[in-house]
Amino acid sequence: MSSFVPHDLELETEVPLKVIKEIKFGILSPDLIRKMSVVEITTSETYDEAGQPVKGGLMDRRLGVVEPGARCEKCGNTHDKCPGHFGRIELARPVIHVEFAKYIHELLRATCRECGRLLLTDSEIEKYRRRLERLRKHWRPIAEMLTKRILKKAQERDKCPHCGAKQRRVIFERPYHFYEELEDGGLVKLDPIKIKERLEKIPDSDLEVLGIDPKYARPEWTVLEVLPVPPPHVRPSIQLETGIRSEDDLTHKLVDIVRTNEKLRNAIESGAPASVIEDLWELLQYHVATYFNNELPNLAPAKHRSGRPLKTLAQRLKGKEGRFRGSLSGKRVDFSARTVISPDPNLSINEVGVPIDIAKILTVPEVVTEWNVEWLRQLVINGPEIWPGANYVIMPGGRRIDLRYMKDRKRLAEQLEPGWVVERHLVNGDIVLFNRQPSLHRMSMMGHLVKVLPGRTFRLHLAVCPPYNADFDGDEMNLHVPQNEEARAEARTLTLVEKHIITPRYGGPIIGARQDYITGGYLLTKKDTFVDRRTLMYLLAAAGYEGEIEEPAIMHPVQLWTGKQVVSMVLPKDLDWVQATAIKSKCTDPYTCNTDEFMVIVKGYMATGVIDKKSIGAEQVNSLWHVIVKRYGNEFARKWIDSILRMLLRYLDLKGFTMGLDSLVLPEEAYKELEEIYRKAKEEVEKYIKMYKEGTLQAEPGLTVEETLEDYINRVLVRLREEAQKITEKYINKRCEAYIMAKTGARGSILNIMQMVAMIGQQSIRGERIKRGFEGRTTAHFMWGDLGPECRGFVKSCFRKGLPPVEYFFHAAGGRDGLVDTAVRTAQSGYMQRRLINALQDVYVAYDGTVRGGSGIVVQYRYGEDGIDVSRSDSGKIDIDELLREAGITS
Amino acid sequence: MSSRSSRSKSKSSKKEKLLLSKIAEHELVPRAEIVPKDEAKRILKQMNAAPWQIPWIRASDPLVRIIGAKPGDVIRIIRDSPTAGKVIVYRIVVPG
Repeated sequence: MSSFVPHDLELETEVPLKVIKEIKFGILSPDLIRKMSVVEITTSETYDEAGQPVKGGLMDRRLGVVEPGARCEKCGNTHDKCPGHFGRIELARPVIHVEFAKYIHELLRATCRECGRLLLTDSEIEKYRRRLERLRKHWRPIAEMLTKRILKKAQERDKCPHCGAKQRRVIFERPYHFYEELEDGGLVKLDPIKIKERLEKIPDSDLEVLGIDPKYARPEWTVLEVLPVPPPHVRPSIQLETGIRSEDDLTHKLVDIVRTNEKLRNAIESGAPASVIEDLWELLQYHVATYFNNELPNLAPAKHRSGRPLKTLAQRLKGKEGRFRGSLSGKRVDFSARTVISPDPNLSINEVGVPIDIAKILTVPEVVTEWNVEWLRQLVINGPEIWPGANYVIMPGGRRIDLRYMKDRKRLAEQLEPGWVVERHLVNGDIVLFNRQPSLHRMSMMGHLVKVLPGRTFRLHLAVCPPYNADFDGDEMNLHVPQNEEARAEARTLTLVEKHIITPRYGGPIIGARQDYITGGYLLTKKDTFVDRRTLMYLLAAAGYEGEIEEPAIMHPVQLWTGKQVVSMVLPKDLDWVQATAIKSKCTDPYTCNTDEFMVIVKGYMATGVIDKKSIGAEQVNSLWHVIVKRYGNEFARKWIDSILRMLLRYLDLKGFTMGLDSLVLPEEAYKELEEIYRKAKEEVEKYIKMYKEGTLQAEPGLTVEETLEDYINRVLVRLREEAQKITEKYINKRCEAYIMAKTGARGSILNIMQMVAMIGQQSIRGERIKRGFEGRTTAHFMWGDLGPECRGFVKSCFRKGLPPVEYFFHAAGGRDGLVDTAVRTAQSGYMQRRLINALQDVYVAYDGTVRGGSGIVVQYRYGEDGIDVSRSDSGKIDIDELLREAGITS
Repeated sequence: MSSRSSRSKSKSSKKEKLLLSKIAEHELVPRAEIVPKDEAKRILKQMNAAPWQIPWIRASDPLVRIIGAKPGDVIRIIRDSPTAGKVIVYRIVVPG
């Protein structure tokens, strides 16, 4: 936001810019650690009785200061200027750096225990050195592969080709113990001093062949003789309200190290028995190891006094809340808002309703020009309390004026002139980014135009629920305000909702009508719908229609228009389109069908068919809606869907649509038929059970007899369900609400209706009939060994009648299993997705049409092998007929 | 590594050849050929890619052994594609 201020720009140019060309990682050498250290830590005490830091302690003032007011004794700066200085602990005995233990082991195995040479002949070394040199230029991954092979080869030798010494096997015991195996199978411990001596003997030239750059990483540096101590800035202590000081976990760990180190030093100096020294040395090793990583395998984590494991260096970096994922990749941002979402069908799909309270907090910096000065003056006068107002004024030179504390805003407004910046409230028409987690695809964050509304929730159009996967059962969403012209332009041209109607996933419209809109569309366009003049006016007003009114289909005794006529009026006048509808059942030819099963549109006139899920629904490929987006463009499509959806919902409002118990009635015959098929199915199941009990049931290939029985029974029950569904469909009232919703695709299915009116059917846990519970039976209501449908979770009742207790229990068990299953699946697929995205994050389509990876490696020679952008094609293909039509060659 | 390859060469080269030819006949094994050195150079230049930036294929891959390509060769593979019908891809043979 400060980039508007010339003053800051000048400052920026003064800073010499450096570009990072490469990064080299190495190991700190003891010399370097001593060189960068300003003080040796020799005492485990941190503060004296007076509360002053002890000299030579871990809070030594020479390491830098964190309290305001105090001055660093090294550089003389206060806490905000002094970056802190490293100290050091001189270890009385060297210890292994745990995170390098694996590499130490590899090196010990690959080098001679006597002369320290790599266990390869000179000619081999020379051969590999040359080959590596060649590969390192362009074939780095292969060079690394070769390095690993060289290491392995060296480790296989058991006699040194240089000095002829017989090699012993080195055994590594996690996390930091090493042993040498004698011929008789006995083990000799290798202590860090011995290890260090061996590593020191390895010549530089041999290391190069192993892919180690001895200039930056001599192997003996992995055995620590001196430990760097980070400044207190890294491990600040917290002052509690009670005045008690609480130290950082790292400080605690360092105190442990210093204390053990001093004890060990005293023991050595006073000539204590070797076993005591050995124990202290081991303890020091433990403390240093857990200082680096407190989650080592086979090592008890170091605990705080309260029993909580300490958060040491590795724990600071690792995981979701660690430095990388928590503090660097993900940060908290300004100019954002989050609240519950709710629907508003009167908005455009491009808009988002923003609560007035939020609009008064989020601001947009607007540069004063002679064209907006009058308006911005009024905003400044309005101030932060009245919307639309402003929260800050920035003068040229960078002074920020907070309008909350400004007494005379009128005078300030007068002073306003071009070049000033006003941070004004969010107003209608501003572009913002709107997002719902999990952000799984690019449509999870789209640009919306602000509409400031009363209330406390974000409002969004129902048709944009599918891309966000949002509903209104308490979902919350985030909103971000772009802060400069470039970001706003980008948001408007690339991220606006209307630019994302077509998804790049399969090339169909992901935004579109759902639920009530589809019901409304069907009710308006079905054959016996007529509207009078008054209703017609309502509908056209809702659609925002401006144009001629068609001649009514019926003139006398009152003028009546058909629903199809109403829809025709809002259709583009040059549109020809034929497609099947969701209610299609028997018809095959669109032009002879007289039951509205096909939609036929001729020159913008809707001749037959109904509007339903197949024509205006979301996620429907090659539908009326899809074609309108493709042929007329995003902007037209947005306007069209806004207007027709408003109209359909208005019609539904006027007509009324309520599903009640009376829409779920079946006649007596239906129940008789249901009873009959149930009886037959049960008989069949019992037949199989009888065969099983008699032992005459033949096992199917690959299945046990029990599994075969289950399989047969399941098949019978599946058939039963299918038959019940047929009966339901046959007898259900075709004009009832539930049936209309199921058939048009608005909500629910015939199966749902069947469960409501006929029977619920088999309940399952883990894809099997319910079998858990007591030994040999599911509940105490059944006999031991009963395998019949009722005993294994078959629910014969329907929701309308209600369930007896046992069936209710089975239904609850099946329902719970479903919930657990979804919870587990989302967690698993979420992690899978995360790994996939991480693997693919720097793959891109290059300007030459190839797909490249981060280092420019070719992934595909042409994007998708055919170079087609799915979102700009006909569902991933090129439709020649459509191209010819567009070019005007055919029609 | 060297011991393994020498053994297979001496002991069962005939058997191996037969096996390789059978592999080549399988419908899922794509057609492949060695690209002449100068053409390979031109293709790389056209794509503005260094040899290591194009997809690799190991010298031990049956497909490479069938056509007898050596490390450093660029091979052309003609493969069926669900989106584009047939596609031509290039791979560089690496040791291994």
